[in-house]
Amino acid sequence: MSVRLTILKAIEQIAGEQNKRLAPLGDELALAESGLDSLCFAILVARLEDELGVDPFSASEEVYFPVTLGDFVRLYEHVPA
Amino acid sequence: MSPPEPATLRRLLDAAQAPPDAVFAEAGVAARHSDAATGTVLAGRARELAGRSILMRVKSQLTSALALIELDGVVSRLTICPPDFTAERIGSAIVQAQVDAVVCDADEMEFGAGVERFEVAPLAVSDAAEDAAPVVTEWALPTSGTTGAPKLVAHRLSGLLGAIRPQEPGAPAPVWATFYDIRRYGGLQVFLRAASGGATLVLSTEGEPLVEHVERMRAAGATHVVGTPSHWRRLLMSPHANRIAPEYVRLSGEIVDRAVLEALKTTYPAARIVHAYATTEAGVGFEVADGAEGFPASFVGGLADVELRVVDGSLHVRSARAASRYVGQGDIRLVGDDGFVDTDDMVERRGERYVFKGRRAGVINVGGLKVHPEEVEQVIALHEHVRMALVKARRSPIVGDIIVADVVLKDAAPTPSERAALRDDILAHCRARLERHQAPAVVNFVQSLDMHAGGKLARR
Repeated sequence: MSVRLTILKAIEQIAGEQNKRLAPLGDELALAESGLDSLCFAILVARLEDELGVDPFSASEEVYFPVTLGDFVRLYEHVPA
Repeated sequence: MSPPEPATLRRLLDAAQAPPDAVFAEAGVAARHSDAATGTVLAGRARELAGRSILMRVKSQLTSALALIELDGVVSRLTICPPDFTAERIGSAIVQAQVDAVVCDADEMEFGAGVERFEVAPLAVSDAAEDAAPVVTEWALPTSGTTGAPKLVAHRLSGLLGAIRPQEPGAPAPVWATFYDIRRYGGLQVFLRAASGGATLVLSTEGEPLVEHVERMRAAGATHVVGTPSHWRRLLMSPHANRIAPEYVRLSGEIVDRAVLEALKTTYPAARIVHAYATTEAGVGFEVADGAEGFPASFVGGLADVELRVVDGSLHVRSARAASRYVGQGDIRLVGDDGFVDTDDMVERRGERYVFKGRRAGVINVGGLKVHPEEVEQVIALHEHVRMALVKARRSPIVGDIIVADVVLKDAAPTPSERAALRDDILAHCRARLERHQAPAVVNFVQSLDMHAGGKLARR
């Protein structure tokens, strides 16, 4: 499964668990408007670390907070595992 | 010469001589300082509460602030509930603090026999003159206890105000804004800074989208903005961070990491970025303004108004700003014989710096909220397929820590699909029985858990 699909699947699962209504998931979607809150994103980053073996937030020396879903996916696609 | 009369919030507001446009503001409603200092949200009934032990349970931060102003110096003890306080914790606080009256919203639950209700109303002009002799009100702020019952930390206004420095003469008045709720220690500090400085304060409103809160900050011209690292990360991960241009950014309540400091510097290049170390028990310890995480090793033994020392890796604090004791828990000491409070915050020296390593005894900080792992373990162990569980923290770049559970199953070797279904079922079981931040984000299945010789789970 691609990184993108893994992320989207995890997002949908967490939204279901947390009773959050998700906005349609496109690259331009602002994370703040996605329907997920901070705790949901924290759960997402933890689970992706287990599934993909990387945590790009902590792995990188450069500091970068993604704003859109596309930013978020690229962060994972471009981290060397 | 007679002893000085106690300072009260009302006298503080009077003394601040706020300009007429200084307000405490929530979404759609604001109160001028001058009205807050003289008005009532209790239909003029504050006098009926004189000398009593009161618990305040009010949804609106603004109304809570106005009630605090009205009740300080009148009641003998004021227990302040954070917004997410459960009915169970309220019940426990009522017993511990010997509460006999509750200040609450009209739609609030019943609090039991022997507890009188005082419902809040919109701010109204009051013609009740202040009683001649105000009392020193004890403020009781809850912190999470070991078994789900809160511990109430006793403060006085003078101690709560201890870290607040007067403004520089001639400096323009700040406009404060807080992501932090004023019913918790960190947010309360912001409220007291605004109140004593005659400054406007922008508060959040329950259920308000981030964009609207930030937009109100922008409209008010917020110069001094305060939140936990988790609050700031949430803002930085939104498209709204650039709507405000604060001169002063303050972080407290959680470990501050380099990533959030660097991102704030990039987003607000003109701002002075300060992180503060404070706990409900020890009060405000110190501020770090050099832009780096942790704190300079020279702070230990080198600060003017607070003493720090590191004992077995744990930070100890002695200052006049510390709480005096726990309310209703005579057997638990808050301050040691030598006057130091053991914060249970573990630090490690790296060169000329100390960095924070997390909490002793495994208390986990999820977005500024404490979680006791034992409480979560007990809930997981109630699941029919679980033999035992170990709950621990995993560092999260979003909310400080998240909860991870290692689980030993009763049945050996389920198939992979059974494992996936069980994992989902255990997670759902936890979410149904715990507050959101307490439920594990991740469940791992393990064969066994390490024990110490005494039979306790090995937590490290």
